[in-house]
Amino acid sequence: MTGHHRCAKKALRYNSQSLRREEMDILVCLKQVPDTEADIRPTSDMTAIDYTGVKFIVNVYDEYAVEEALRVREKVGGKVTIVSLGPDRAVEAIRTALAMGADEAVHLNDPALLDGDAYTTARALAKAIEGMSYDLIFCGKQAIDDDLAQVGSILGELLGLQTVTGIMKFELVDDGKKARVHRQVEGGMDVLEVPLPAIFTATKGLNEPRYPSLPGIMKAKKKPLKTVSLGDLGLSEEEVGAKGALTKVVRYSLPPMRQAGTIIEGETPEEKASKLAKALREEVKVI
Amino acid sequence: MKDGAVKKVAYEILGAAKKMAEQKGEPLCAVMIGKDVEGLAPGLGAYGAEKVYVIQGDSFARYTTGAFTKALCDLVKQEQPSILLFGASINGKDLSARASGRLGVGLATDCTEIGLDEAGNLKVKRPMFAGKVYAEVVFSDRKPQMASVRPNVLGLPEADESRKAEVVKVDVQVGPDDIGLEVVDFVEVGGGKIDLTEAEIIVSGGRGMKGAENFKILEELAEVLGGVVGASRAAVDAGWRPQSDQVGQSGKVVSPNLYIACGISGAIQHLAGMGTSKVIVAINKDPEAPIFKKADYGVVDDLFKVVPALTEEVRKLKAQS
Repeated sequence: MTGHHRCAKKALRYNSQSLRREEMDILVCLKQVPDTEADIRPTSDMTAIDYTGVKFIVNVYDEYAVEEALRVREKVGGKVTIVSLGPDRAVEAIRTALAMGADEAVHLNDPALLDGDAYTTARALAKAIEGMSYDLIFCGKQAIDDDLAQVGSILGELLGLQTVTGIMKFELVDDGKKARVHRQVEGGMDVLEVPLPAIFTATKGLNEPRYPSLPGIMKAKKKPLKTVSLGDLGLSEEEVGAKGALTKVVRYSLPPMRQAGTIIEGETPEEKASKLAKALREEVKVI
Repeated sequence: MKDGAVKKVAYEILGAAKKMAEQKGEPLCAVMIGKDVEGLAPGLGAYGAEKVYVIQGDSFARYTTGAFTKALCDLVKQEQPSILLFGASINGKDLSARASGRLGVGLATDCTEIGLDEAGNLKVKRPMFAGKVYAEVVFSDRKPQMASVRPNVLGLPEADESRKAEVVKVDVQVGPDDIGLEVVDFVEVGGGKIDLTEAEIIVSGGRGMKGAENFKILEELAEVLGGVVGASRAAVDAGWRPQSDQVGQSGKVVSPNLYIACGISGAIQHLAGMGTSKVIVAINKDPEAPIFKKADYGVVDDLFKVVPALTEEVRKLKAQS
């Protein structure tokens, strides 16, 4: 355990107002990703993704994370802080989360931090979070660009916290000392009780994220947004980004093109169904 | 593991890993963790495992990240494998991610090809952006190099039932501190059906289904085919199907042998999520629907007539054989 998650002052506040539930410091890890509508293609040399003309959004699963953090704060009070690693353009996604209602943000922005893998991203996030006060951390289940689904788990390992991945329901129990969550597993949900602080990664179904309101968007512009560089984190270039990565993409490709196949002709729906069943059985032998 | 049987993806991985082990001249070993799994271990020999490490006990009756990570990582530290592979199931992804953090090694998620480079290091191919793009991934020298493998992609290897694997029981003690949380309940959803990512046949419905009650005809077709029902984002967002049924970029990426899309137009996010299916059938009354460009077989007609007729035809064909 890092021991940083509850500062002395907070413990005092908790003792002196034991009748009131303690306010919570909630962190949300957030990534800016290309829109789900975007057509993604490699560059002509196939060594990178061509982001020309691509629109960026808050990672879909991170929106659920932000929403859940806001709901917890609305219940028990406290503060929601966004922590995001990304290039300059990631500020837009951070501002969106602030416009939804998050209180402040930390942006890990340094060329050396980019083009890493899940491990180096988690390492940088862990280093930033170690110095912050937190009771609860939400992440998205996975980023919809690299689809790795690793950062929340590795972050837990580095911070000495439990990570529960893919939650669909969250509630505080035991005076806010624990969370009771539903974790999506094969065929159903595991119901788990987890002592806090802990990390939870959100999946679809957890909640319905709010849209930023116009006043929210105005307010977001004035909310504190701190930029953190590699030097501020106290990490070396060899530990982060492309240099520190444990995996590396050497080549991108497009999926094999599927040819449009046969349109089944027939006089009636029944005739078409019959021909289709026969083709599936005799031609491609899948039934 | 599921319901007291070895998952198919484990055999698929053994088939591919056997070739890699032969190339490297290293033994191919499997790891089984569960309450009482020993009986299944020798059978993995048929698919190429020489040795099976068995870690069993009450602490492993249900999957918990803490207990399974501790058991696996202690074994890995002792045996020092060069490559470690997982099935990319929900828990396989959870376990591999946590283990990569604990071991400080690289991990590629949900791979569709696994093999070796010239130097004998793991090299994989994996989809990104839900399959809009594929990436070839290499690893740093830190061992084990790790990957999770997507079910239903690599194909089943030939089984040689005469071969039995050597079983090595490993004693691992895990305590409450290792688990760190309490499993208080399990809530079944969808009648305990197989997860979409591992299904061999999926019958999926979209906006054209017009309502939750109409999915009954897809359930019936799925039942005669031995498959499961999936849904497009539109159908899930409309509240017709649970979120766990969603196929596509913000849902599940699937690769069944047969994918039947009913009343699904084929948005880019959906096409990315099912594009690696072996055979795709589209049933839609709109001949311009983009799904037809991806489909091996298309039926342009009213799905409410075609689907029940297809169910009947399949029932007849199955009765004949």
